[in-house]
Amino acid sequence: MPVIEVTNLHKRYGGTVAVQDVSFDVAAGEIFGVLGPNGAGKTTTVECVAGLRVPDGGEVSVLGLDPRRDAARLRQLVGVQLQESQLPDRLRVAEALEMYASFYRDPADPARLIDELGLGEKRNTPYQKLSGGQKQRLSIALALVGNPKIAILDELTTGLDPQARRDTWGLIERVRERRVTILLVTHFMEEAERLCDRLAVIDKGRVVALDSPSGLVSAVAPEQRIRFRPSAPVDDRLLTDLPQVTAVTRSGSQVVVTGTGDVLHAVTSVLARNQIIAADLRLEQATLDDAFVELTGHRPAE
Amino acid sequence: MRAFGQILKIETRLYLRDLAAPLITIALPLLLLAVFGLIPAMRASNPDFGDRSFIQYFTPSLLVITLAMTAVNVLPTVLATYRERGVLRRLATTPASPAALLAAQLIISLATILISAVLLIVVGRLAFDVPLPRHPLGFALALALGTAALLALGLLVAAVAPTNKAAQAIAVPLFMLVLFFGGVYVPRFLLPDFLVRIGSYTPPGVQALLDAWTADAPQPLHLAIMAVIAVLAGTVAAKLFRWE
Ligand SMILES: Nc1ncnc2c1ncn2[C@@H]1O[C@H](COP(=O)(O)OP(=O)(O)OP(=O)(O)O)[C@@H](O)[C@H]1O
Ligand SMILES: [Mg+2]
Repeated sequence: MPVIEVTNLHKRYGGTVAVQDVSFDVAAGEIFGVLGPNGAGKTTTVECVAGLRVPDGGEVSVLGLDPRRDAARLRQLVGVQLQESQLPDRLRVAEALEMYASFYRDPADPARLIDELGLGEKRNTPYQKLSGGQKQRLSIALALVGNPKIAILDELTTGLDPQARRDTWGLIERVRERRVTILLVTHFMEEAERLCDRLAVIDKGRVVALDSPSGLVSAVAPEQRIRFRPSAPVDDRLLTDLPQVTAVTRSGSQVVVTGTGDVLHAVTSVLARNQIIAADLRLEQATLDDAFVELTGHRPAE
Repeated sequence: MRAFGQILKIETRLYLRDLAAPLITIALPLLLLAVFGLIPAMRASNPDFGDRSFIQYFTPSLLVITLAMTAVNVLPTVLATYRERGVLRRLATTPASPAALLAAQLIISLATILISAVLLIVVGRLAFDVPLPRHPLGFALALALGTAALLALGLLVAAVAPTNKAAQAIAVPLFMLVLFFGGVYVPRFLLPDFLVRIGSYTPPGVQALLDAWTADAPQPLHLAIMAVIAVLAGTVAAKLFRWE
């Protein structure tokens, strides 16, 4: 049963079409990523889901409810982190969380959340004195303080250093264990690969791909390449006979096998059966970065 | 209700932490009252002021400082800043409404004005022979309507200004005009007659405050104009106000 259903979503601003015909479903407990270059329409899409923007066309349903009509009920159930939103300069970390906690029927413990997000030492620090990454973590904490069923996180880790980014991923994984469904906008392939069960790649307001991270990679670049140095001469036919192998070439003393599916397993087994040891074995595979470039014609961020 | 209580509590703290705002709004009028009040000549009655003392004549203008500062300076800039920085929008994603924040700001404004008015009346009475308002009901009415008119103008500024900078650009000249016509920069008896008359009809209506404080009931026309301004500006502000 999907908890978020977006069907043929359209949204324009004056003459600019920001989102045209976006559809996707998010299942309960899933981490669903929205990936795409700047201006692709990611924020517009998730803010329509959050009920902050009114679609010009199409249907959005969240937990079976309408984000605009049933806004009051959904606000108890959906936590939102906006891409661009700040807090008053003099508001302190603990105050912000306690205030937001008071809005919800069954909030999380603010003090624990502060510790979980590594803001324990900053609990009495005013917002204006926080670093960019600390502000970001506070913003994530505010999205989670209501114990939501769904968390919508726009640009989860933009502005965080690599360590803080990893800590945040750990936190999101712990949140997932509580069966919270997460709709995540991201620019980082590594983040998408690590966290997301499925991804929608959006470009110029359209969904250009929708799959698991590994599914996206193999759909765009199904070929894998294996390089190794055999301990004894190998007959090419031994390898080309394997159904997974598409080509075998040699470069110097190296054998280069190209193939699809579980080609690695097939090649290593046949070598083992023939008592050949594959030294310096390397598997070259397209990454999500490659898939992203292929799908959108853009380099991903960083 | 618990959410509103929290918002009010936190907004009040933020207001007090800003120090400059409460100092100018509440402490400055009191300080000026003390400075003028300590000069004996300012306490002597003078036919120029209709047999009032200068200090009696000037105290309503001191209250205008509080009113102007609160309603057309602090309120619109806080609200415009909150909107510009996405504070209101973020609040709109939670079960608490941004309207709660607006309400909290209005309560803080009203409380500030009330505290300042009470302090000016009490300190003026105890230390500087300023009588208690002669016409308490008229005074309360003049203060309430003047406050309403000015707050409505402040909300109108907050409604039309997209950013904090824009809010300042409208609010600062408006603030100075209110102070000028309220007789704060130049005591009104030194102003030409027509300016004094204009000042009677511009918010917060210093003439009505002065009349009720030191003479008799304020003129109904003065009060009616404040009510009309409050309703008009308030309606337009409500129509134009956006959370984002
Ligand atoms: N409030 C708005 N008014 C007018 N145009 C807008 C508005 N918000 C977004 N747009 C336009 O709509 C398009 C999609 O914007 P959106 O913010 O959804 O992109 P995004 O994928 O989130 O980009 P980014 O990665 O930079 O955050 C852009 O061309 C943008 O300029
Ligand atoms: Mg965006």
